Amino acid sequence: MGNGEDRFRVKVGLAEMLKGGVILDVTTAEQAKIAEDAGAAAVMALERVPADIRVQGGVARMAAIEKIVEIQECVSIPVMAKIRIGHIVEAQMLQALEVDFIDESEVLTPADEENHVYKHDFTVPFVCGCRNIGEALRRIGEGAAMIRTKGEAGSGDIVEAVRHLRAVNRGIKTLTILDDHELMAEAKQLEAPFDLVRWVAQNDRLPVPNFAAGGIATPADAGLCMTLGAEAVFVGSGVFKSEDPPQRARAIVEAVTHWQDPARLVEISRGLREPMSGLEASKLTSEEMLSRRGW
Amino acid sequence: MLCGVLALQGDWAAHAAVLRSLEVEFAYVRTARELDEVDALILPGGESTAMLRLMEEEGLAARLADRVRGGLPVLATCAGVILLAGNIHPPQPSLGLLDIDVERNAYGRQVHSRVAAVELVDELGATDEIEGVFIRAPKITRTGADVIVFGRLDADPVLIRQGGIIAATFHPELTDDHRIHRLLVGEGAGHGR
Repeated sequence: MGNGEDRFRVKVGLAEMLKGGVILDVTTAEQAKIAEDAGAAAVMALERVPADIRVQGGVARMAAIEKIVEIQECVSIPVMAKIRIGHIVEAQMLQALEVDFIDESEVLTPADEENHVYKHDFTVPFVCGCRNIGEALRRIGEGAAMIRTKGEAGSGDIVEAVRHLRAVNRGIKTLTILDDHELMAEAKQLEAPFDLVRWVAQNDRLPVPNFAAGGIATPADAGLCMTLGAEAVFVGSGVFKSEDPPQRARAIVEAVTHWQDPARLVEISRGLREPMSGLEASKLTSEEMLSRRGW
Repeated sequence: MLCGVLALQGDWAAHAAVLRSLEVEFAYVRTARELDEVDALILPGGESTAMLRLMEEEGLAARLADRVRGGLPVLATCAGVILLAGNIHPPQPSLGLLDIDVERNAYGRQVHSRVAAVELVDELGATDEIEGVFIRAPKITRTGADVIVFGRLDADPVLIRQGGIIAATFHPELTDDHRIHRLLVGEGAGHGR
């Protein structure tokens, strides 16, 4: 492995390869196979999908080792897995297992309420959630090779994903109209690293790919995220909590490719069986909002 | 000369950025109709199983095979090489347009991805290097008689050519060295209708 810069390039490189794709949450090898056959670009191995974590409660942790291995053995596409925020050792274990990407995720119960993992120390790339530009740049500062907007996992309600995508976009646009003299004050206000603030101001985008997550349940939801600038989507409960997971997975995969063609989206969505039922995000208490975890 | 970029899934935007910097006109290809318009085509990196699934849905696979047999110049990178390969291990469907065998993820999972110098050999025997970004790269384990190898990593062929097809198991689109894209553009200009 070459220098640190090359190491970061290959991490971001894998994120580049996942663009225009769908990353599906799976809890068994069987589901992973369904995801791969449907055209998913990657799978996310976890113990329970977010909708079940909400209902069942309890501490949500990294998936069982046997489960991750079983999933790695049955698909050829990249396998991601989630760790609790700040759980350095779960991260080290997933790296030892050679998962392809680690999601330091608010969907699991946080292990550290102050600190996230210092991700530059790892060879495996990380993706982290964010609600706005400041949070995105803090995670990138720690070494995240991909950002995903958090949305509200397990809700089936797209409203939070939209809020977070819009906030990130607005944050990027705002930086581009500030002059150099204003950037330090803005960095202070965003609580974000100055160098990254300046990079965004100069380049009019995040330095790593930006995907969307949290609440995507239909091909139209996936299309909306792409319209708002997401470069790919994560789908959690939206597929395997729907009435016909293989059919819905295929439809969402196609929607992410053909999102600019409304007639095509009509065709893709026609005859789909029932989506997941969902919870209205605005009815959740602040305690129940997974997106409030992490900072 | 209009260069197409297959834009079903993967890093097609990175290829488009290279074409933009070379001032080459390009169009994204997502349907068989769009494929008919182009004079050259790039098959990007990404996930070959996802791309294949989306190509079948579109009737693109058959049309693409027709056009490549008709001489359409192609640059395939990483997953694009898998799409064109004759035989793949572990077995999966492909277009079978390149007389090579390919082993998927042969160098290991993502933690083994790396940047490495690829040794280039031109037809006159002169040697040079190009930066290769290898990401969960496939390995070419056999090349047929019509395949010319002009880039190697250690002993393995990583940059090859067969007729109008240029294939790299790495990602020239993720570097600032655009020699491989220029090669395709040259072919496309020759092929232009």
